[in-house]
Amino acid sequence: MSMLGRLVRHGLVLIATVLLGGLLSAVLVRLAPGFDVDESQLDPHLNSQSLQAIRQTRADQRNIFRYYFHSLQRAAHGDFGTSLSLNQPVGTLLRERTPLTLRLVAMGLLLSWAAALALSMSAAWIRVTAYDVLATAVSGVFLCMPAAVLALLSVLWNVPGALAVALIVFPRVYRFSRNLMAKAQAMPHIVTARCKGVSELRILLWHVLPIAGPQLLAVAGVSVSIAVGAAIPVEALCGLAGVGQLAWQAALARDLPLLMNITILVTFVTLLANSGADIIGHALRGNEA
Amino acid sequence: MRFWRRFACAVLLIVVGLSLAANWLAPAGYAKQYRDDPGSPPSHQHWLGTDDIGRDRFARVLYGTRISLLLAPAAALISTLMAALIGGLAGYLGGPWSRAAMAVTDLFLSLPWLFLLITVRAVMPLNVSPMISVLVTFLMLGLLGWTSAARVLCSSANALRGSDFVRQARASGIGSARLFWIHVLPNLKPVLYAQFWISIPVFILSEANLGILGLGVAEPLPSWGSLLKELEGMVSVGEEPWKFVPLILLVVVVTSFQFVLSKQDELAA
Repeated sequence: MSMLGRLVRHGLVLIATVLLGGLLSAVLVRLAPGFDVDESQLDPHLNSQSLQAIRQTRADQRNIFRYYFHSLQRAAHGDFGTSLSLNQPVGTLLRERTPLTLRLVAMGLLLSWAAALALSMSAAWIRVTAYDVLATAVSGVFLCMPAAVLALLSVLWNVPGALAVALIVFPRVYRFSRNLMAKAQAMPHIVTARCKGVSELRILLWHVLPIAGPQLLAVAGVSVSIAVGAAIPVEALCGLAGVGQLAWQAALARDLPLLMNITILVTFVTLLANSGADIIGHALRGNEA
Repeated sequence: MRFWRRFACAVLLIVVGLSLAANWLAPAGYAKQYRDDPGSPPSHQHWLGTDDIGRDRFARVLYGTRISLLLAPAAALISTLMAALIGGLAGYLGGPWSRAAMAVTDLFLSLPWLFLLITVRAVMPLNVSPMISVLVTFLMLGLLGWTSAARVLCSSANALRGSDFVRQARASGIGSARLFWIHVLPNLKPVLYAQFWISIPVFILSEANLGILGLGVAEPLPSWGSLLKELEGMVSVGEEPWKFVPLILLVVVVTSFQFVLSKQDELAA
């Protein structure tokens, strides 16, 4: 498939998945217990006509598809609705909080990838079992800890939230990259190169990395999803006003319309990262061929 | 490696045994309050001290371990069965069925796991009884955690569909349903076992995350999530180190599962 065809296919899949994700969250919102209930109906000052008007407004939302279509229509005009718990336009909330989350996720990814690659590459280079075991044990400990505990510990030790995100992402990336490099090192042409006396550093840079590179890119796409997920406990527990904290607050307050919009945003970001990684990986493989 | 695997199995058995014996080992029930002793340090009477409202922490750790360790496998069983049905059937039927099932799977997988959990948890009422909150939390884990397993099972079933023995069975006139139940599903057993074991530590960690965020098991029922929530109020690590016991126990259990899993990986391969 040509690059243009691949781009178009990814674009269509992205749009279809985001729309489907939005529909799914709209169904969840619509079916949630208490959706039809409006506290204002209990107001004794309202007359029967006002009550009827409120019920009519709710009735318009009963049909899931109509409800979702109206939401999309409004979103196309920049109106994402109003948060029930914070009583503010959802668009404003997302605009205010997205930059912080993006910075947190980007810094976390940068730190985790730097640490994971440095450890896995150094383990592949020096090839000392004790070092490898130690690095795997360190990553294993972080892998066995709940993300929320790492966030709590970052508060306790007064370290930036980005470091907590990095520690959550790091063990997953390290395991993948270490396994990829170990697999590449066992390939016959690399074993031959080693037998011929080629230095370990040269083997790593010239032979192992080009093999592991495209697969590492695929992991990069997945790691964005992990980092976005990690942002929820980190922002919630570190008191950072980002989209993750907003999602947590919306969940606690059962602010379902806000949660629906955040779901669409998160789906879009993670799919964009995965598609981007796939396209870049394909371009690299194409160049190699 | 075999030694460590056996050691991990022994650790898991001991922890499960201790949690099952909570009724005899714990000095009191998980909800009993010692109102004269709130927030006390470890003592002869309270081995791990008491929490802010005077409940014995050792008792809560034992009962919490029981809830987390027994219900996570139950959730894993639900998710594995769903994955077997959805992924296995989709892979076996192939064509549009497989594509449709994988599209749904991709949709679920496109959302970060924790985000998906808190979104679905938010849809359900939060102000429920502790017992219902336990059921809701672990049922949700079971009902949402099938997607990645379904993907693996779909490709395994797809590979089996084209195998010689399935073709031969089909040529002998065996019906599709019987072929799936008698010939395809039993051959997916190693993958199913592996997926079941992989899901348990994932669900234990997910419950802990939900508990710390206040969306898991409701008080006064203890679980590792609600026990770890205590760390939120700490000022320094050295202040009350005994509060870290649930965390250490959780890390030990999840690490033990990882060691046991290495055997399952070999089986699945």
